[in-house]
Amino acid sequence: MAAVSGLMRRPLEQVTVRDAINQGMDEELERDEKVFLLGEEVAQYDGAYKVSRGLWKKYGDKRIIDTPISEMGFAGIAVGAAMAGLRPICEFMTFNFSMQAIDQVINSAAKTYYMSGGLQPVPIVFRGPNGASAGVAAQHSQCFAAWYGHCPGLKVVSPWNSEDAKGLIKSAIRDNNPVVVLENELMYGVPFELPSEAQSKDFLIPIGKAKIERQGTHITVVAHSRPVGHCLEAATVLSKEGIECEVINMRTIRPMDIETIEASVMKTNHLVTVEGGWPQFGVGAEVCARIMEGPAFNFLDAPAVRVTGADVPMPYAKILEDNSIPQVKDIIFAIKKTLNI
Amino acid sequence: MLTAAVSRVWSGVAQKPASRVLVASCNLSKDATFEIKKCDLYRLEEGPPDTTVLTREDGLKYYRMMQTIRRMELRADQLYKQKFIRGFCHLCDGQEACCVGLEAGINPTDHVITSYRAHGLCYTRGLSVRSILAELTGRKGGCAKGKGGSMHMYAKNFYGGNGIVGAQGPLGAGIALACKYKGENEVCLTLYGDGAANQGQIAEAYNMAALWKLPCVFICENNLYGMGTSAERAAASTDYYKRGNFIPGLRVDGMDVLCVREATRFAADYCRSEKGPIVMELLTYRYHGHSMSDPGVSYRTRQEIQSVRSKSDPIMLLKNRMVDSKLATIEEFKEIDVEVRKEIDDAVHFATTDPEPALEELGHHIYCDNPPFEVRGTSQWIKFKSLP
Repeated sequence: MAAVSGLMRRPLEQVTVRDAINQGMDEELERDEKVFLLGEEVAQYDGAYKVSRGLWKKYGDKRIIDTPISEMGFAGIAVGAAMAGLRPICEFMTFNFSMQAIDQVINSAAKTYYMSGGLQPVPIVFRGPNGASAGVAAQHSQCFAAWYGHCPGLKVVSPWNSEDAKGLIKSAIRDNNPVVVLENELMYGVPFELPSEAQSKDFLIPIGKAKIERQGTHITVVAHSRPVGHCLEAATVLSKEGIECEVINMRTIRPMDIETIEASVMKTNHLVTVEGGWPQFGVGAEVCARIMEGPAFNFLDAPAVRVTGADVPMPYAKILEDNSIPQVKDIIFAIKKTLNI
Repeated sequence: MLTAAVSRVWSGVAQKPASRVLVASCNLSKDATFEIKKCDLYRLEEGPPDTTVLTREDGLKYYRMMQTIRRMELRADQLYKQKFIRGFCHLCDGQEACCVGLEAGINPTDHVITSYRAHGLCYTRGLSVRSILAELTGRKGGCAKGKGGSMHMYAKNFYGGNGIVGAQGPLGAGIALACKYKGENEVCLTLYGDGAANQGQIAEAYNMAALWKLPCVFICENNLYGMGTSAERAAASTDYYKRGNFIPGLRVDGMDVLCVREATRFAADYCRSEKGPIVMELLTYRYHGHSMSDPGVSYRTRQEIQSVRSKSDPIMLLKNRMVDSKLATIEEFKEIDVEVRKEIDDAVHFATTDPEPALEELGHHIYCDNPPFEVRGTSQWIKFKSLP
């Protein structure tokens, strides 16, 4: 029986995060003609990071639109188009540039359904690379998870691997609310096995649900985006020393799935959060605050600990940059400190 | 198309008894032709016509609409002073010819977006006076269920009411993009003031609208002052109709409802013929200060305000024209005034007696089409259910 069912299953593909996002957008563009993509270089250049490769060739000028360098303008145009019934995907070349447009994201998109008493939905997706890249220095390396995660009315997702990227972009596009999709440039080229369910055109990952990537018993390690991979590496190293980490991939920043984290902490009694963003008022700070407020607090055997980016604008020199983002050794160190090892 | 708009607005309004209409109209004309001020043109060979035909029916309708807006705004002033309305309240009395004229120049299926000085457009786009005033007083019968207030009122094909100066520029261009995308020959009127005209995002919207030939009528309502700063102190060029640079423009007498109507028709036709965007500057005037917290006399003289009122009041101009050309009698206008007053009184009563929204609704309308979830209140123990 097992041999037969093995033959029936399709082989697992290796798909890069970039191609997963591309597939997700392609499928949604095909499925609903109200969906369209706009942003700088998304059409004829195939995307600054090639995420939208081939889409302009397939769908043309009407659906894949190159914009001038006018973030506030084109973000506002995208929001207006969403208000009038279309389903735009607005790409920011990086989320650093979204700061120029942040008023449109927050005041025109996020708050409108509420302010209108439920009359005016804004079905828009804002996507692009977020956080540190490599050697791009201070103005191009900021993580916006905490900034966007702060705002009611937005949904904010942060995919780690290809399955996340494909399932979350599809869910974001189908969602009738403004969704911020925080991708990661360093992850774009990383291949992952895409499970067979993810090969279906209706494969969706629910927004608001975290995933336990690795089961463990000694400590809960919570991360989003690229650091999830580092946590899994740390877990592999620690496993050899007999420490079993439960690694949780948040997948969604807002609405945060605190229940999955709580259930895990109630099992392991220890918590470390890991993120690329700055420590103050960050994602980890929110996780810790919520754990304190909920049932899991009484199960903690040690204070919850945060591993974050260094509290500095991102420096350029490699040694400085390397020490400004959480590395595997930092995660291992924090875990051992928490476990008092 | 106009009759559709007419009947929509009329539907909420009391009809005169048939016999009086017959008696009143027997010595009166059915319509009259009026000369209207020529518009200043920029990058346009031709502009709107310099004469127009006004029917008696349309004239009475425009009068009623303008008078309703006038009375509504004046009562809002009172309600604000009585503390029924809180926060920001930006009134548009003096500018009635703009919103009524714009509506007369487009179809209900066209789209409109404006700034926070929106009460007049809320009405012309189909919201009842009751639902507008009740939104200002923060009641559950308000058009946004009390959640929005003065600056955030929405209706079909009307996208507010926007609190951030200039943000509606790109939004309107986006709505126009959707019009072009859907291909149903609709246009979007995107309004902003003389102050907002200096926002960078307006220039960005101009650029993209022109580049992509979006059917967007950019309309600068130039009431000569951006809050307390006169146009000359804020703009290196106060020729707002030329500020679109590569976009054609026209400057219109915004105190004459017929001028505004013809200019709007012209501008909308321009956009519908796929020539791209156009800029329209409406020269108008607000009697009130910038908002209810601004008396409006520190940066302009009372003589100036009084002069505009006596020479250019849009309601007076229309009425005088219609009486002089025997389209209607003074008595008919008085009757309309009485009916309008009653409508406003009824709306004020509603707005001051309707209950506030239930506290349980504080968390509602965060997300659209979402399963119910819980929203945190002021502490971890206080939770509100959130329904879409």
